[in-house]
Amino acid sequence: MNRKKKEEGLPFFGIPKMMPLIRRYRKTVWVIIWTNVISAVVDVARPIFQRYALNHYVGERTLDTLVWFITLFVVMIGVQAIVNYYCIKVLMASQLRMMRDMRNDAFRHLQELSFDYYNQNAVGYIHSRVMSDTEYIGDLFTWQINDTCVFLLYIVGAVGVMLSINPRLTLLILIILPVIALFYSLFTGRLFELHREVREINSKITGHFNEGITGAKTIKSLVIEKKIEEDFRAETTNMRSKAVESARQRGVFAAVTNMASSCALAIVLWKGGVIAAEEVGTFSLFMSYAQGLMEPVRWLIETLAIFVQGEVNIVRYTKLMETKPSVTDTPEVVEKYGDAFEPKRENWEPIRGDIEFRDVDFKYPDGDEYILEHFNLKIPFGTNVAIVGETGAGKSTLANLICRFYEPTRGQVLIDGKDARERSQLWLHSALGYVLQTPHLFSGTIRDNLLYANENATAEEIDRAIRLVSAENVIAKLEKGLDSDVGEGGDMLSTGEKQLISFARAILADPKIMVLDEATASVDTITEQKIQAAIDTVIRGRTSIVIAHRLSTIRNADIILVVDAGKIVEQGRHDDLIAKKGHYYKLWSRQYEDDAISAAWEENRATPAAEPVPAE
Amino acid sequence: MKTAAASSSYAFRTTNNKEYESDDRHLMPNNEQTTEQQAKRGVRKGNAKLIWRFLKGSKYLFLGSILASAVSSLADMLDPQIIRAAIDNAIGGKPSEFPVWVNDLVDRIGGFAYLGQHLWIMAAAILAVALLRVAASYCSTVIGTKASETLVKTMRDTLFGHIERLPFSWHMKNHTGDIIQRCTSDVDRVRRFVAEQLTSVLRISVYLVLSLYFMFSMNTGLTLISIVPLPFILLYSVLFRKQMDAGFRDCDENEGKVSAMVQENLTGVRVVRAFGREKAETDRFEKQNEYYTSLWVKMGRLLGRFFSTQDFLSGVQILLVFVFGAVFAIHDRMTPGEYVAFISYNSMLIRPIRMLGRMISEMSKAGVSIGRIGYIMDAEEEKDREGAGEAPMDRDIHFEHITFAYENCPDILHDISFDIKAGTTLGILGGTGSGKSTLMLLLDRMYDLEPGCGTIRIGDTDIRDIRSDYLRDNISMVLQEPFLFSRTISENIGIASEGITLEEIRSAAQAACLDDTVTKFTQSYDTFVGERGVTLSGGQKQRAAIARALTKNAPIMIFDDSLSAVDTETDAKIRSALQERFGTATIILISHRITTLSKADRIIVLENGRITEQGTPDELKSNGGIYQRIYEIQSGVREGRHITAPGTGGKEVAR
Repeated sequence: MNRKKKEEGLPFFGIPKMMPLIRRYRKTVWVIIWTNVISAVVDVARPIFQRYALNHYVGERTLDTLVWFITLFVVMIGVQAIVNYYCIKVLMASQLRMMRDMRNDAFRHLQELSFDYYNQNAVGYIHSRVMSDTEYIGDLFTWQINDTCVFLLYIVGAVGVMLSINPRLTLLILIILPVIALFYSLFTGRLFELHREVREINSKITGHFNEGITGAKTIKSLVIEKKIEEDFRAETTNMRSKAVESARQRGVFAAVTNMASSCALAIVLWKGGVIAAEEVGTFSLFMSYAQGLMEPVRWLIETLAIFVQGEVNIVRYTKLMETKPSVTDTPEVVEKYGDAFEPKRENWEPIRGDIEFRDVDFKYPDGDEYILEHFNLKIPFGTNVAIVGETGAGKSTLANLICRFYEPTRGQVLIDGKDARERSQLWLHSALGYVLQTPHLFSGTIRDNLLYANENATAEEIDRAIRLVSAENVIAKLEKGLDSDVGEGGDMLSTGEKQLISFARAILADPKIMVLDEATASVDTITEQKIQAAIDTVIRGRTSIVIAHRLSTIRNADIILVVDAGKIVEQGRHDDLIAKKGHYYKLWSRQYEDDAISAAWEENRATPAAEPVPAE
Repeated sequence: MKTAAASSSYAFRTTNNKEYESDDRHLMPNNEQTTEQQAKRGVRKGNAKLIWRFLKGSKYLFLGSILASAVSSLADMLDPQIIRAAIDNAIGGKPSEFPVWVNDLVDRIGGFAYLGQHLWIMAAAILAVALLRVAASYCSTVIGTKASETLVKTMRDTLFGHIERLPFSWHMKNHTGDIIQRCTSDVDRVRRFVAEQLTSVLRISVYLVLSLYFMFSMNTGLTLISIVPLPFILLYSVLFRKQMDAGFRDCDENEGKVSAMVQENLTGVRVVRAFGREKAETDRFEKQNEYYTSLWVKMGRLLGRFFSTQDFLSGVQILLVFVFGAVFAIHDRMTPGEYVAFISYNSMLIRPIRMLGRMISEMSKAGVSIGRIGYIMDAEEEKDREGAGEAPMDRDIHFEHITFAYENCPDILHDISFDIKAGTTLGILGGTGSGKSTLMLLLDRMYDLEPGCGTIRIGDTDIRDIRSDYLRDNISMVLQEPFLFSRTISENIGIASEGITLEEIRSAAQAACLDDTVTKFTQSYDTFVGERGVTLSGGQKQRAAIARALTKNAPIMIFDDSLSAVDTETDAKIRSALQERFGTATIILISHRITTLSKADRIIVLENGRITEQGTPDELKSNGGIYQRIYEIQSGVREGRHITAPGTGGKEVAR
């Protein structure tokens, strides 16, 4: 798995990689710099006001320039307010727009990546690349850069003013800076490390809760409440000690900063006290600057540490963006047929629906073993192919190849007599119907989901599709009919209902080739019968490839492929395969037995309840 | 001590703003609706009592942390006084206005004039105060964290233990996600309330009182002037935050939508591709993403307005002090030293006032969270009835006139009676929903029978008179849907048996036909199960659960359809291993298949909550019931008769 591998570093924390993104926001960068300069000037100027008030008004005992003083001060804080407003506004907008762009890019890129990527990376992992890495990166290039500027400018400005007034005293104060800077650089890493550990333990604790609640029945029946609780307490104890350790670290940081400020103040008082005799204002100015310098130094270094931390986000994000899809259309194909985003439908040939495997070798990109070797199979239009085998035997491989989710390692898959690679993926997919074992509905209304297959479907066509799969009742019992929301992942509907809707969706696409993964999950008899009828309807008059569990589908298939341990072990029609008494015979018998037993139960339940037998 | 200049402008951008973001954005619970519904129902009584209970073990730590922070606040207040003494008395040579004891102390050192010539002494005083402050604030941070972490730990431990001891029916009634939310986000919010808001308000109060005290002691008039704007700043902050909260919630909801869209696209990637909908998906996403972005952009303007206005207001307040301070100084109602000290104190006022604004606006949320936790804590734990104890378990089991229904559901079991002789094997055959699993949950006392709805006895003892832990410890039950813990395989198998050796674990695994599979894993028995390790197939999980149950060596064993995902040969192997190892145990096998039950001593057939047939396998084979029907189907398949049967599927044959 990708996630286990340690991510490799990039030069300059990966910032050069993000230059194209930053360049888009060049304007922002300028705004940031200018607002910061203004803001820093104002910040630096404030103690100067204080100095003036003290030296001039208090020292010389006059109020002559007070109106100007007030005016200037109000102007200053007014300017600062405006500048701050702009700064926050622009930073927020830029961060979010950067995030938006990165997410859009990533989303689009993901639409093009091939299935081997999806198989090798868990959905949660990819999801965090799109959602959280982008957020961190956005923060890095707006707020963090901004903060770095603010702190640097303030430090430079304050030191400048101090130097211009009293270089000797300033230099004395500056001695402290490198000492604390070194301290921070050495220990900030450990602080972040602790934060990370605390977060990790925290998510483990959530995991424990999850297990303690979902596993309640098991925990009770095994009587292991005490053990589970002890383990939980061990984790919370660990959490506490880690958190306290991190607090100690933070405490030391604050203490060092505080001490450094006081040292600076002490130096001002000790070596600069004489100034107070003549100019109280200048003395107070030095006090303000001396103490105000230390925090920015600390924050500056923390910000730098955040950049170091942010590297990993950049690495992960760029890795996603640099992953190349393994199934791509050649430039010539794109030239003629267009790509997924700008198809040239006018050049598309109509599809007939013949499929042929010609001398196909295949292994999955992350596997070592060949699953198909010199595999030949002709599936003329209208043929029904059933693929049967144990769960996990690798039945979906052929479907994957036909859908061109994967390409053969050697040999060809021909559609209508032409190598699939000579036409665009979208061309093929537009002619495919696909029904998953666990039907996937998108959040939205039923109508949205149906239109998913064919945006231009008319109301009549939708009606017809629904009737064909006998889903009228599903729609009728919903308050808003077709416009009812199905919830996230279609959760408002039962599994059987989702199945029917996904069949209707497939019919609306009116594909020449239908790929279907039959559900194994048990549904009630009536739904079961409807689904069975719907399958018959869906595959009629099309080339169909069905990963089959239902006896009727299997028995009626034109070609049955039996898969075991990833390989096709038997191939033929039902009667021939039964006569062989091999794999197929065994599978068929078991399926038959299960079906017969559940049918027997169903029927038994339907008959009037038998008189209870009295206990002995 | 912070100077006004340094803190005012970037404080909000770094500390405040980030804190704000992290507070509000990440803690907004996903199911805000439930929270609000609860809030409408009214805040639960006894919230304070519950918090008090959770505070056990951390009360004094909190107190200590507040005291330490009071000391550090006091130290903060000393610096300006030292500076004032330096400017006015030591350097300026003015007569001291300090209290007598301060003058006495200074005189003992050599008087203010001496200090003026030896300023290092004053510098040393600054450092001494700094040491005190640093030590106190360090203690306050560490003790405070210890306090709040202890609080969280107590809350979590109490909740976890409580949840483990809640009756099974409670677990069935409540959604896992919701409970977890209460145990994580709500707990965290309560921690914030106590550790940050409550203690901060106390801390801030101390701070305000101290700085106001020093300000008043120097100049009443200027102090009054400087506090006039403060209530406005506070009010502005509270009101504005209310407005922003709505905005944050909106942003949050929409971030959820964007996130869900990505999730949906990733999980449905096959459908997207197969229907060639890449472009439509991208368009849809970009639209939602744009909307979300625009919300934050709007929020940015709002935040910008808030922080810059707040800064401006604070600036005006500082200006007031500058100007009026100068006026006071010129009229000799204030010395330069006092002026400088006053400015320092004034700058100490503003930050706490701002923080106070935030605290107040957030406090209201905590009540709801405590109520949500209270919902869990109010539920009653499982309790044995008075006098429940131990009883011999290797006796006959009697089910007598059992009638049972789940809450708000029709009866699932109607007047069921049967016996199981000690040491024999009982098979229960039943279709889905026949009540067979319920029967076993009753035997394990996951549910207790209502009075008048029958009794279950083991020997002569009503199981309600047996302690539930003792009872369950002596009944080894393998559930229909096995649950494994995210631990290693050996830990999973041995989890119910203290001090079990690896040999014993292996031998249990062998009996459950799991050993061969496990030894094929690269890490063998140390392989992690679940998300962080291998995903076991349904059959492997079942076998692991069986092995786990075997390690208990219990006198009563229940296998609730636990061989359904295992093929027939393995099924047979496991059953014969069972017979060998546990010849003396009472075994209950539940299945909807007959092969599994054929070796049982007795069989009962359960349908719609009633016993419809019972007897030995041989008797049932020919009495014309469902047992016989299934028996015939299965033997027919074994003999290959199904191949020639008419029709396409088993359904016809069954008729």
